[in-house]
Amino acid sequence: MLRYILRRVLGAIPVLFGLSVALFLFLRLLPGDPAEAILGQHATPELIKQIRETLGLDQPLYVQYLDYLGRLLHGDFGASIIDGRPVADSFLVRFPATIELTIGALIFAVGLGIPLGRLAARHPNGWIDGMVTVLSLFGISIPIFVLGYTLVFVFAVQLHWLPALGQIDPRLGVTPVTHFAIIDALLTGRVPAIVDSFAHLILPSIALGSIPLAIVTRITRASVIEVSNEDYVRTARAKGLTERRVNDRHIMRNAWLPVTTVIGLQVGGLLAGAVLTETVFTWNGVGSWVVTAIQNHDYIVVQSLILIFATIFLTVNLLVDIGYAFLNPRIRYG
Amino acid sequence: MADQTTAVIVRSTPRASRGLWRDALRRLRRNGPAIFGLICIAIFILGAVLAPVIAQYDPTIGNLASGKQGPSLAHPMGTDLLGRDEFSRVLYGARISLTVGVVAVLVGLAFGTVIGAIAGGAGGKVDALLMRITDVLLAVPGILLAIGIVAWLGHGQIQIMLAVGISYAPIFARLLRGSLLALREAEFVVAARSIGTPGHRILVRHMLPNALTPLIVQATLALATAIIDVAGLGFLGLGPGDPRIAEWGEMLTDSARFLQSAPYLIFFPGAAIVISAVGFNLLGDGLRESLDPRLKR
Repeated sequence: MLRYILRRVLGAIPVLFGLSVALFLFLRLLPGDPAEAILGQHATPELIKQIRETLGLDQPLYVQYLDYLGRLLHGDFGASIIDGRPVADSFLVRFPATIELTIGALIFAVGLGIPLGRLAARHPNGWIDGMVTVLSLFGISIPIFVLGYTLVFVFAVQLHWLPALGQIDPRLGVTPVTHFAIIDALLTGRVPAIVDSFAHLILPSIALGSIPLAIVTRITRASVIEVSNEDYVRTARAKGLTERRVNDRHIMRNAWLPVTTVIGLQVGGLLAGAVLTETVFTWNGVGSWVVTAIQNHDYIVVQSLILIFATIFLTVNLLVDIGYAFLNPRIRYG
Repeated sequence: MADQTTAVIVRSTPRASRGLWRDALRRLRRNGPAIFGLICIAIFILGAVLAPVIAQYDPTIGNLASGKQGPSLAHPMGTDLLGRDEFSRVLYGARISLTVGVVAVLVGLAFGTVIGAIAGGAGGKVDALLMRITDVLLAVPGILLAIGIVAWLGHGQIQIMLAVGISYAPIFARLLRGSLLALREAEFVVAARSIGTPGHRILVRHMLPNALTPLIVQATLALATAIIDVAGLGFLGLGPGDPRIAEWGEMLTDSARFLQSAPYLIFFPGAAIVISAVGFNLLGDGLRESLDPRLKR
């Protein structure tokens, strides 16, 4: 097991290394002088000089890269040219909001997808199955922003059931401590603040969770149907076990494996989807930051965020694979 | 047990196979959802091709006095803020979505096929190197890679096609490489090799044609994602950026502020994206099923 983990961790390093080279070249290959291209309309002689110094543009390319890599390894991603704040600092303030959103979307997708998949698998090709199939088709066919605005229109504009934008009502005066809106609300101990923070999370989670919901539902359905046809399930029924016991102990235990892998694989899509979701719901996370950074031509931020997202994505995939190997010995020794 | 029964049934209905594509087409015709998907795509393509004929108004010229009018007989989908006919804009938007989406997938297929064929055909160090490169591209999740490439290349339709295409290329490359690797030891390949057929000829004439079906299925499904991703880029302000062009994603961004007063400006372009994506998703699933009859839903 340890060898497997080690092999997988070592396998991820060249990928990150390659990506850092690509992103490094991304900044250098911008048209024109790199310092001026990075600064764009914000260029002033002092700033150009400053950027030239931090990037070491008078050095040979490989020295510049090693310098960049060295700073990366110390957690120094450079500073935004808009507000001059280090990327790492702003990231830590904004990332909690994205984590909250991603977890909300995962809970929605898994919490609804697994029961729906099981329900559909009970009578394959029946009417419930048909409805679930149509639902999951819409889940993968509707863009996040279209679903997001539809939800806002129905539940916020028309019905006034849920708030449309942001993470918490600023009038409640919750001071950000952890930058997790829900945890900050819990820290105040005031019920309205807590309710408000949860209410704000509902619509964005549904919008972001729609694609994973469709995928989790499909996989759960397929997996349960496949396992249900196994000989040992028939044996379990034949020896007179209750249907509940057959379901829980024989079918679900084995159907879980592909489902867990697929859930893990959704994290990448959720991170990318957060870019769109946060823009729709003016969610102050990392995703909406990517968009503002691109609009402002804040290339250092764009470069750093892509690298950070990829690192998170690879780490999660690694954890999923290790978890899978832990659950399924055939992988470990394969 | 179950497999044996199906095998018997298959054998009991003898019918000469008329080749992979004919058989697939026959199965596709019986696939209800796939036909529905084809109808969605046909509506979408017809709207795009016949836009100048169907549209009563110029999609780029508006009349400020008649801005934000709700759907009516004169304007079936209403008018946008600048008084432009929304129906005409949705029709012309189909042209952009269709061209950009199809070209993006073709770009992805071109890059992916070349990389995948070289990797799967050559094997060894070349394969390892190419696969590490695809690993790097795949490490950037989903639309984020396309966003990064557009940020780098700048605004414009060509840039969007390239960005979305490149972000799909590693998926196609992996898929093709996988099928090719599985074929390397297939009997007909070993036979071709044993009679001295040159390697490139085996790859192009014997292995590639047999590895194409999963690629075609994936490309069809990718068309659905491409339309959504292209609209997503437009929505994020990374669209063509040309006021003369009506693009579904950009139309949504422009209308988002008027969600309360003019929800139809979100609804119609949104529905257009969903219908075309549903079409390609259903067709892709249908193709998968009809090209591989062993696969059951």
